[in-house]
Amino acid sequence: MLSSRTVFLSKWLTILLALSLLLGCSMQSSPILYPKGPVAETERDLLFLATGIMLFTLLPVYLITFWSCWRYRAKGKGAYRPNWHQSIFVELFIWTGPLVIVVVIGILVVVYTYRLDPYKSLADSEQAFRVQAVAQNWKWLFIYPDQQVAVVNELAFPCDRPLSIEITSDTVMTSFMIPALGGQIYAMAGMTTRLNLKAYGPGLYTGRNTQFSGRGFPHMVFDVQSLSEADFDQWLERVKTSNNRLDDVHYQNLLKLENKHPVEYFSWVEPDLFGRIIGKYTGAKGALPLQKPRNLE
Amino acid sequence: MLGRLTIEALPFYSWVAMGGAVVTILTVVLAAGAVTWAGQWRYLWVEWLTSVDHKRIGVMYIVLALLMLVRGFIDAIMMRAQQAIALNNEGYLPPEHFEQIFTSHGTIMIFFMAMPFLTGLINVVVPQQLGARDVAFPFMNSVSLWLTAAGAGLMGISLVIGRFSTAGWTGYPPYSGIGYSPGVGVDYWIWALLVSGVGSTMTGINFITTILRCRAPGMKLMQMPLFVWTSFCTSILMAFAFPALTVVAVLLGLDRTLGMHFFTNELGGNMMNFANLIWIWGHPEVYILILPAFGVFSEVTAIFSKKRLFGYRSLVYATMVIALLSFTVWLHHFFTMGSSPNVNAIFGIATMIIAVPTGVKIFDWLFTMVRGRIIFHPAMLFTIGFIITFVIGGVTGVLLAIPPVDYLMHNTTFLVAHFHNMLIPGALFGYFAGTQLWFPKAFGFKLNEFWGKMVFYCWFIGFYLAFMPLYALGFLGMPRRLEQYTNPDWQSFLLVAFIGSCFVLVGIFSVFMQFYVSIRDRNENRDLTGDPWDGRTLEWATSSPAAPYNFAVIPRVSSVDAFWTLKKEGSAYPFPEQYPPIVMPARTGAGVFIGLFGFLVGFAAVWYIWWLAVLAMVGGMTVLIFRSCNDHAEEIIEPETIMRIESQRKAQLISGGQSVAMGAPL
Repeated sequence: MLSSRTVFLSKWLTILLALSLLLGCSMQSSPILYPKGPVAETERDLLFLATGIMLFTLLPVYLITFWSCWRYRAKGKGAYRPNWHQSIFVELFIWTGPLVIVVVIGILVVVYTYRLDPYKSLADSEQAFRVQAVAQNWKWLFIYPDQQVAVVNELAFPCDRPLSIEITSDTVMTSFMIPALGGQIYAMAGMTTRLNLKAYGPGLYTGRNTQFSGRGFPHMVFDVQSLSEADFDQWLERVKTSNNRLDDVHYQNLLKLENKHPVEYFSWVEPDLFGRIIGKYTGAKGALPLQKPRNLE
Repeated sequence: MLGRLTIEALPFYSWVAMGGAVVTILTVVLAAGAVTWAGQWRYLWVEWLTSVDHKRIGVMYIVLALLMLVRGFIDAIMMRAQQAIALNNEGYLPPEHFEQIFTSHGTIMIFFMAMPFLTGLINVVVPQQLGARDVAFPFMNSVSLWLTAAGAGLMGISLVIGRFSTAGWTGYPPYSGIGYSPGVGVDYWIWALLVSGVGSTMTGINFITTILRCRAPGMKLMQMPLFVWTSFCTSILMAFAFPALTVVAVLLGLDRTLGMHFFTNELGGNMMNFANLIWIWGHPEVYILILPAFGVFSEVTAIFSKKRLFGYRSLVYATMVIALLSFTVWLHHFFTMGSSPNVNAIFGIATMIIAVPTGVKIFDWLFTMVRGRIIFHPAMLFTIGFIITFVIGGVTGVLLAIPPVDYLMHNTTFLVAHFHNMLIPGALFGYFAGTQLWFPKAFGFKLNEFWGKMVFYCWFIGFYLAFMPLYALGFLGMPRRLEQYTNPDWQSFLLVAFIGSCFVLVGIFSVFMQFYVSIRDRNENRDLTGDPWDGRTLEWATSSPAAPYNFAVIPRVSSVDAFWTLKKEGSAYPFPEQYPPIVMPARTGAGVFIGLFGFLVGFAAVWYIWWLAVLAMVGGMTVLIFRSCNDHAEEIIEPETIMRIESQRKAQLISGGQSVAMGAPL
């Protein structure tokens, strides 16, 4: 016969176990722990490596804390020496310990910050696939300059080529991120930032703005498709059959459509639209006309 | 006449706005009613509001901090509740309110909870630890308090008249510019920061001077208690970092009010300047918040391990190094702005270097416990809880300092978890520990330990439940400040986080329960000797609560742990035959009025009521000039009064079982 206390405990343990299983399982969908491209994977490995190195300080802290709390409690066995307040040996250990770890991680920082510089094109046998991304009120416009098409809220690219993205904003500052493929970079009006990413193979991911930018911020999400050569050509065909063309007038209208924009294809795009969007804010010649900022509150 | 203030500013547009306004008004009305009912307005005015006594000012700071803690926490639990249910639906909060709430949560917790809390502790304790009778500039201290309160008042009134900012607590432009945020919200944010920021700058100047100039005779810098050292570094940071905040807030204000273009998208403005300026203040600010708590932990570990602090020199140097380095790392808040790898790598490394002195401090506290006799008083529990929790935040901090890792984790809930992981154990636990430790010094009786432990365990468990899921959510790619979402994998974590915030709710309830129970049982828990924990530093040499002049006889200091040495020598409690009169600053209402005018300047500027702004500015200046011309700003405490207070003290000491010495003749 089990005591009521055991039953009570086991009930709670079961709930706890079920909950942690549930939570553990949902980690499987983590785009960061299970990356889908070399950039994200290197970034993740770096995260793991640095965490591993830091366990060398974390563990001593925990050991000393619990050991001293036990040994030097009021009834503990530890000898009480109220005037022990310095020790060259201990001081040496506590200054050099963290220092060594910081030096090791510091070396990692230098090596990997250069290696994973988001502006650097990836070393690859294939030529990079160019896309230009423009953040608008609460959607992303992707311009494919080499294909002369544009798409709202969907980024497709051939998976055997690295992806080279130029990013700007036609509204407040946002941050462009595809977690499964790699880290983020800010999108700022009048400026270009760059991101170089690659996917391991065909796949479907989510990209989003991670920087709060107003009421529609939760909806500022886009689909990312890395497609095989054939699939990509098919996708491009589909875009090209669209009746919509993205000229200046249409672009300025697109800006005004702010809520939960569906995926939209444009079979043609005004040449150098990206440059002329940036030009709005830098006062360059031939830029698009600057519109009044919208109330985003 | 009333600028842009119209009837529409009243909160009749939604139940949340209405609720906030009603609660705010009720709180004020009930508080005022209670004072009136008790007939205590005069007492409140004479003894507290107009007081320039550093101990009273400190207590008032902490009262403000606790009020703001409640308000900031209501914001927090509302956000947790919203995110717990907002899967594929709007949740219960309209988006605009969610945005105001995350902005006000951050603003309140940093500027009006943490800042007043640490300033309050510094005020109560530092002069007594120095063996001083007051701070260097007692009147300026009162002005600082009332300007901080004025800022908090602006936060409060934004709930009733108009709306608050939705731009987040750092108010990044261009979003916070007049084009994208035309409402009064951002202006409330700017003016609350500006008005209270002046107060913080003056506090910094005040305590730099106090610590350098008002130490007891004989006290060398390297003999100052650790809390004084950390307060000193914090004051330096305040005096040097807050001007950057003032500048950036003024520039943004000029953009918004006079149509300038410092940070706009167009006409040459650039928000990257804003990001740099605000974080040049913002990173030192983190250490402003944390260093005083480090000081508390140093005092607590020594007292409750019944042992001298281990590695005093190391701790002092580590504190100085942290203070210095805190000015060199601001760029790590925006690694993702597209800086070159040179810049990112340098700031990444600079950031990590701070982990070294911080690690040293942790080990010094641990080695203070080693070979001690540890008493698990609530203050000590907070310290141990801090150590084991803070190191996790340290690890995630170093991770975020690696630029490529930051590219992945920036702007996600991982970041949110990280800085709460630093500030809750690192700052708030320290303030709580300080409250447990020094409460008897301020009020003359000890706090109830059962409820103290409740506060600790609820906050400790609540913290882990609320923020560990946020780390996991960061790995699931969840961005911060998300009012609704469509990813079902996130919800279970958010539910756990909500449960965590419920534990914290009980923790906050326990804070007030502890005060209630302790006040109720105060007669059983009197601290007669003024030294309830067998303390080591000079604040324990005074009576609890200390006399207005703290020390009738200024102690001579010859070592670290000055009071400990005096006790060993048997000369801790000197009672000479007669006392010379003591000159103390007289109470003044000028600080209150300057605060009031500061509030009016802010409020008028928010609503473009320019005549009122000018009038209030002139009013504040006039009060200041009049007070400066006052030749009778001091009062003299006569020898008879001192004799009466000190004889009482002597009797108390004897009844508390202390042997008293005659002390050196004056």
